[in-house]
Amino acid sequence: MDLTLIFTDYTLRTVALGAMVLGIVSGTLGSFAVLRRQALLGDAMSHAALPGVVLAFMIVGSKALLPLMFGALISGWLGALLVSNVVRHTRIKEDAALGIVLSVFFGFGLLLLTYVQRQGNAQQAGLDKFLFGKAAALVSQDVITMGAVGAIALLLMLLFWKEFKLLSFDPAYGASLGFPMRLIDTLLTSLIVLAIVIGLQTVGVVLMSAMIVAPAAAARQWTDRLDFMVALSALFGVIAGVVGALVSSSGAGLSTGPVIVLVISVIVLISMLLAPNRGLFWEWWRQRRNRQQLRVSAVLTDLHTLATAHGDLYHAHPVGTLRAARPGGGVRRTLRVLSEQGLVRESDKGEWGLTEAGLAEAERLLAAESTTDSPPEAEIATASEPRRDAVLDAK
Amino acid sequence: MSNPSSSTLPVAVRDLTVAYREEPVLWDIDLDVPPATLMAIVGPNGAGKSTLIKTILGLIEPAAGEVSIFGGTIQEQRRRVGYVPQRGSVDWDFPTNALDVVMMGTYGRLGWFRRPGRGEQAEARQALGDVGMEEFAQRQISQLSGGQQQRVFLARALVQDADIYFMDEPLQGVDATTERAIMSVLRTLRERGRTVVVVHHDLETVAEYFDRVMLLNVRKIAEGPVAEVFTEENLRRTYGGRFALLQAAPVR
Repeated sequence: MDLTLIFTDYTLRTVALGAMVLGIVSGTLGSFAVLRRQALLGDAMSHAALPGVVLAFMIVGSKALLPLMFGALISGWLGALLVSNVVRHTRIKEDAALGIVLSVFFGFGLLLLTYVQRQGNAQQAGLDKFLFGKAAALVSQDVITMGAVGAIALLLMLLFWKEFKLLSFDPAYGASLGFPMRLIDTLLTSLIVLAIVIGLQTVGVVLMSAMIVAPAAAARQWTDRLDFMVALSALFGVIAGVVGALVSSSGAGLSTGPVIVLVISVIVLISMLLAPNRGLFWEWWRQRRNRQQLRVSAVLTDLHTLATAHGDLYHAHPVGTLRAARPGGGVRRTLRVLSEQGLVRESDKGEWGLTEAGLAEAERLLAAESTTDSPPEAEIATASEPRRDAVLDAK
Repeated sequence: MSNPSSSTLPVAVRDLTVAYREEPVLWDIDLDVPPATLMAIVGPNGAGKSTLIKTILGLIEPAAGEVSIFGGTIQEQRRRVGYVPQRGSVDWDFPTNALDVVMMGTYGRLGWFRRPGRGEQAEARQALGDVGMEEFAQRQISQLSGGQQQRVFLARALVQDADIYFMDEPLQGVDATTERAIMSVLRTLRERGRTVVVVHHDLETVAEYFDRVMLLNVRKIAEGPVAEVFTEENLRRTYGGRFALLQAAPVR
C-alpha cells in the first residue's frame, strides 16, 4: 500500500486520523484502568455500551455518531455503576458482577440489534459494524466528533492527574487526606467509558477492551514512571489503531477490530519478551549471570575451606572433591572461568588450587559474607537464591 | 456530628460500634488519648485494631458512637491527622519512585488540581532523610526492601506535618535497621508534642517502645499507662486461650 495516500486520499486520511484519536485516548486512560487492575471493567463497559447504541438509533432514526455515542456512554456508564453497586451491596464478588453485567447488557443489545434488522429499515444497514468495527465507514464529521470528545477526556485527565494517581496507588490514604475518593473513582470510570465510546465504531464493542488494556500493559514493561507509561501507551495505541485501520480499509474486507487487536498483540508480545528490566528475555539472562556469579564465588570459597583443612592455603584438590560439595554441576566449567581470571591454577596432576590472587579474593568473599549476614538492602536480591554455604555447613 | 465532649484531646472516642454484615467488629469503644503520647493498640487477629483506626480516620462509617479529634470532627481536622496504612495495602509494583510516593503527603495541603512543586519536593527529600532513606529518592518502589517501603510510608506521613499520627502495623516484618529508624522518628515526634497511635503486634516490645497501651478484642479490654494495664491477666482476657502460646512474652 502506498503510504502517501494517507495524506492525499480522503478516506484513508479520515480513517487514519480517527484511529489516531482512538489510540491516544484509549491508551492514556487505559493506563489507569490497568494500574487499578480494572482491565475486566473495561471489557464489561464496552459490551454494556451496545444496547445504548441500538436504542439511540431507534430513538433518533439515523446513524449520526454523536447520538449513538451518547447512547453508548449512558449504557456503558450504567453498566459500570451497576457493577460497583452490586459489589458494594450484595455478597456477589466483583468478577461475578462483571460477568453478569457484561452478558446481560450485551445479550440485550444483540436482541435489540436483531429486532431493528428485522424491521427492514434501510437506515439500519451497517449498524452491526458496532460489533466488530469498521474504520472504513468513518467520515470526517465522525472524526471531528471523536476528536472533540477525546480532547475533553484528555483535558480532564491532565487536570485530575494527581488525584487519579492517588486513587490508583493508595485510595485509602487519599481518603485520609480528605479527598472524596468515590467521586474521583466515578470520574475516572466515566472517562474510561468515554474512551471506549470513542472507539466503538472503529473497533467494535467486542474487542474495544483490548485497546484499553493492551497498549497500557505493553507500556508498563518499558518504564517505571507513570507519565512515561501513559505517553508510551498512547503511542502504542496510535500505532495499533492506525496500522489496523489502514490494513482493514485497504480492501480485503477485514473487520477493523480484529486487525487492530492483532497489531497490538504483537506489540504486547515484543514488550513482554524484550523490554529491559521487566522483559522475560532479560530476566532469564540476569538469572543465568547471577547463577554463574554465584557458582564462581562458591567454588572459590570451597577451595579456600578445603585447603584450610590441610593447613596449606594453596593445597590443590581434584575436581571430584569439589563436585562433592556442589552437586549442582558445572564445577569444571566454573574452574576454567576462574583460571582465565587467574584466580585458580591446575597442577600437573590435574588438581586445582588457589593462586595468590584467588586466595585474596576468597578471603574477601568470606569476610564480606560474615559481616553482611542478612543485610536489609539485599533482602530482595537474595531472597530466591539458595544459601550458598549450606552444603559446606552440612558436612 | 456533635462532639463527644468539650475536650480538645488529640483523640476522644465515645461508644464507638462498628458492624460488618450485622456482626460487631468493634463494640462500644471509649478511648481518650492524651497529647505527646506513643500509644500501642494490641490484640489478636480480627480484634478490630485496623478497623478502629480506620473508623477514627473516617474511612469506615461507624454503626454508632462518636469520634472527636482535637475537639472537632475528623473532616474539620484532616490537616492535623497523618496516616500510615499497612504496607500490604498497596501494589508496590506501581510505576513510581520513593520521592514521588512521599510527595503524596503534600497532596492534602495542595488541594484540588495543584501539582507539587520544588517546595514540596524539598520537603519530601527532607522527610526521606529523616527516615534514613535520602539516597533512595529516585529508586523505583518495587526495588525497595520491605523495611525500606515501610520507611517510605512513614516519610509520606511525616511530610503531612500532622499533630496526631495513626500507623497500621509499621513494625510488622521489618528489619532491625528499619525498626530502629522508625522508633527514633516516633520518639522525636513525641518530643515535639505529637501523638502517635500504633497498631502493634509484638508484645515483647510494648513496654520498651510505648507509654500507653490499649488491649482490644472487639471490646476494649483495658487501656492506660503500660505499667498499669499491660498485665498477664489483661493479656489473657484479650487473647483468651491463645495466650498460652504467648506466655514467653515478658509482662509485668
